Amino acid sequence: MEQFFQQLFNGLAVGGIYALVALGYTMVYGVLKLINFAHGDLFTIGSYLGLTMLVSWNLSGLLPPFLGMLVVFVMVSLFVALIGWALERAAYRPLRNASRLSAVVSALGASIFFENAIMLVYGARVYVYPDFLRPDFVLNIFGVAIPAMRIIVITVTVALMFGLWGFIQRTKMGAAIRAVALDQGAARLMGINVDRVISLVFLIGPALGGAAGLLIGVYYGQIDFTMGWNYGLKAFTAAILGGIGNIPGAMLGGFLLGVTEAFAAAYIAVAWKDAVAFLALILILIIRPTGILGERTADKL
Amino acid sequence: MKRRVFSIVLAGVICVLPLFCNPYWTDVCVSVGLFALLSLSLNVMLGQAGIFNMGHAAFFAVGAYAAAILNTVCQWPIFLTMIPAGIAAGVFALAVARPIIHLRGDYLLVVTIGIVEIVRIALINDVFGLTGGANGIFNISRPSLFGVKIYKGWQFYYLVWGVTAVSMLLFYGLWRSRFGRALNCIKEDDIAAEGCGINVVGYKLAAFSLGAFWAGMAGAIYASKMVTIAPESFNFSESVLLFAAVILSGGSQLGVLCSVFLFFGLPEVLREFSDARMLIFGLAMMAMMIWRPQGLLPPLPRRYRVAAAAGDGKK
Amino acid sequence: MTLLTVKDLTKIFGGLIAVNDVSFDVAKDSVVGLIGPNGAGKTTVFNCITGNYRPEQGVIEFKGADITGMAPNRIVKMGVARTFQSIRLFPRMSALENVLAGRHCRLKSGFLACMLHTPAQRREEKAAIERCMDELEFVGLSHLYADMGGALAYGQQRLLEIARALASDPELLILDEPAGGMNDQETAGLVELISRIRERGVTILLIEHDMRLVMKVCQKLIALEHGALIAQGDAETVRNNPDVITAYLGVDDEKW
Repeated sequence: MEQFFQQLFNGLAVGGIYALVALGYTMVYGVLKLINFAHGDLFTIGSYLGLTMLVSWNLSGLLPPFLGMLVVFVMVSLFVALIGWALERAAYRPLRNASRLSAVVSALGASIFFENAIMLVYGARVYVYPDFLRPDFVLNIFGVAIPAMRIIVITVTVALMFGLWGFIQRTKMGAAIRAVALDQGAARLMGINVDRVISLVFLIGPALGGAAGLLIGVYYGQIDFTMGWNYGLKAFTAAILGGIGNIPGAMLGGFLLGVTEAFAAAYIAVAWKDAVAFLALILILIIRPTGILGERTADKL
Repeated sequence: MKRRVFSIVLAGVICVLPLFCNPYWTDVCVSVGLFALLSLSLNVMLGQAGIFNMGHAAFFAVGAYAAAILNTVCQWPIFLTMIPAGIAAGVFALAVARPIIHLRGDYLLVVTIGIVEIVRIALINDVFGLTGGANGIFNISRPSLFGVKIYKGWQFYYLVWGVTAVSMLLFYGLWRSRFGRALNCIKEDDIAAEGCGINVVGYKLAAFSLGAFWAGMAGAIYASKMVTIAPESFNFSESVLLFAAVILSGGSQLGVLCSVFLFFGLPEVLREFSDARMLIFGLAMMAMMIWRPQGLLPPLPRRYRVAAAAGDGKK
Repeated sequence: MTLLTVKDLTKIFGGLIAVNDVSFDVAKDSVVGLIGPNGAGKTTVFNCITGNYRPEQGVIEFKGADITGMAPNRIVKMGVARTFQSIRLFPRMSALENVLAGRHCRLKSGFLACMLHTPAQRREEKAAIERCMDELEFVGLSHLYADMGGALAYGQQRLLEIARALASDPELLILDEPAGGMNDQETAGLVELISRIRERGVTILLIEHDMRLVMKVCQKLIALEHGALIAQGDAETVRNNPDVITAYLGVDDEKW
């Protein structure tokens, strides 16, 4: 039972990070019907930028720990958001009217570009996040010892998700995003500036992705330049699992995948952990391509 | 016309190249030839039928492992393993593609990435106790042809490029027939193709298995060339490179050869830039989609000999 | 003799009933028109017949055989060819190749024959090219055989789609708004083309908004509104049916 709860919380923490990245995939897919393959690499950029700020700029040393972390968190999100915005301008906007697969290839190109740019800047080695960032005390919840780090990650991801949810549902800009996702042409006719909405989505999604990158660095303590693909695919799986284009779906899918993976690692075999996630992805696409919360729509002939 | 001259010159250069190469460069040319064979096999599905397969290394791996196991466990000569290796890869492709082949391009891409990762993880975990885990399989024998053992660089060179040339001829025949036309129709518009009476699922599966079959044969040659194979040789970035090469080629066989030289030959020539090559390819993929979405050398339109009566309208 | 029978056809899209319990027959050697205001479910009926949609309920029989839910390509092979409302040619293939694509299902060369270009394959290919040139000639496009499908004028694209459908030796030809986007002169040519197709012994089922064309070519009309059948019978009777007139009034009355 002890192991069960340990794995549950571990799965929820990792799943929350997946969910944050999945939100970026799902929002972009919602407005552009494009799988932004470069999103995983934006996540990697987030964790590398975070490392640079924490170690080279010594932000965590100059400021009190909590405030330092907060500043780093905000700055990483901002930087990655700007990169995401630039990516859309350079690689996707010129292809807005081209065939969808052209944009997919462009996204792949962007992903390869980012991955290798990180490698050229930082070198092809594994980096380690400073240890002192990880609070090492353990919380005792109903007799189960849970490392505080897990609780913190879960709290932060859930808070960010609620923030996004409120923004999408309660604000005028959020309504514009929902309108563009439903029907770009109609939204334009209603006076919504579609280009601005798309830019906004490419600011929010990467900001969350960058934040997730920072969290993964702090949580696992280890980052490398190829991890974007792996986490990107996992997060994409989460987005599909919940129903791509569906925001609550991405959150649900992220947590579900994280927990499934944690249990698979604990009860099946660690070596097959990644295979389980990919198998899940393939099975969903075969059995229910619209995901758990997605709605079935008819193909227009 | 220009293209014909170019192909003849290219063929001539390929024929005499080993005469001017030291062993190192011959070896490089052998790898380029293997990648050419692999890219041509990927072109069957990606270039001709528009099937977004980003897990081609999986079929390459199945072929290489099938050949290696038949050779080391059953003691088959490596040449005899080529066809079974191809069949193993083709059957594997058919089995995994059957449930997913109807998926949309971008979804298919993600699923094939998943497949190549699962294959790699399975190989590392030593499925069936035959794949040797993370270390792979050793002591694969060299091929021998008519009693002549092939082990020197130039021998492999002519073996690989000979197989590539024969493959290109066979594929060329295919593209100029109803089979190739059907694949092109599916690439252009699969709903219209189905509405014309083309069995879309059947042809997609045929293209998929055919490409995998050829990749499997390439795998057998690779296994005999390297003598040792390990899961890390068949990773996902290999698939990405192949995918990018075929996309940038535009889909003609000549285009595929050119982009293979660009992707796998040029980085060897410009060693000092080899770190940056993927960066440049990534940029090239974006730039190409924006300014030249049809690729480097798209296939020329097929020409048909039609009866003289209708010929007056020919421009 | 009845060629096509549609019985109790119902198609639902996520709770919306697009076609509701529709039944009709198409007799051999006739030209039948399916009419109704936009959104009446006409194209949905077509897509059910051609196998693109699987109906929730009902049976479609062609020459006595049940074809409900069969794959579209198999239905073509049985002898039902179609054109699309929004033209779906292969834009980067030549006009001749577009027609050859329609001929595809009648060719028999196997995979190896194709790869090796056996004599039988060459003969078959040559005959197919001749046949497809004849079809291009039939619709009046033979001089454009080498032009890319996407480069043709709009009206020509519609004709090319008809040629492509005819190349599959259909017994029933389904035309979805064949005159859509055509000028008066092209429409007149289309009327004449439809009668020539009928003379070849091909039965035609068509959707069309241009009532002048419909009245010129159709013997029988089937009228739909909101997915339900409101009238069917000979053209003149259906046209004067009060329900049909009400359905059209205020929607598209200038076309009457």
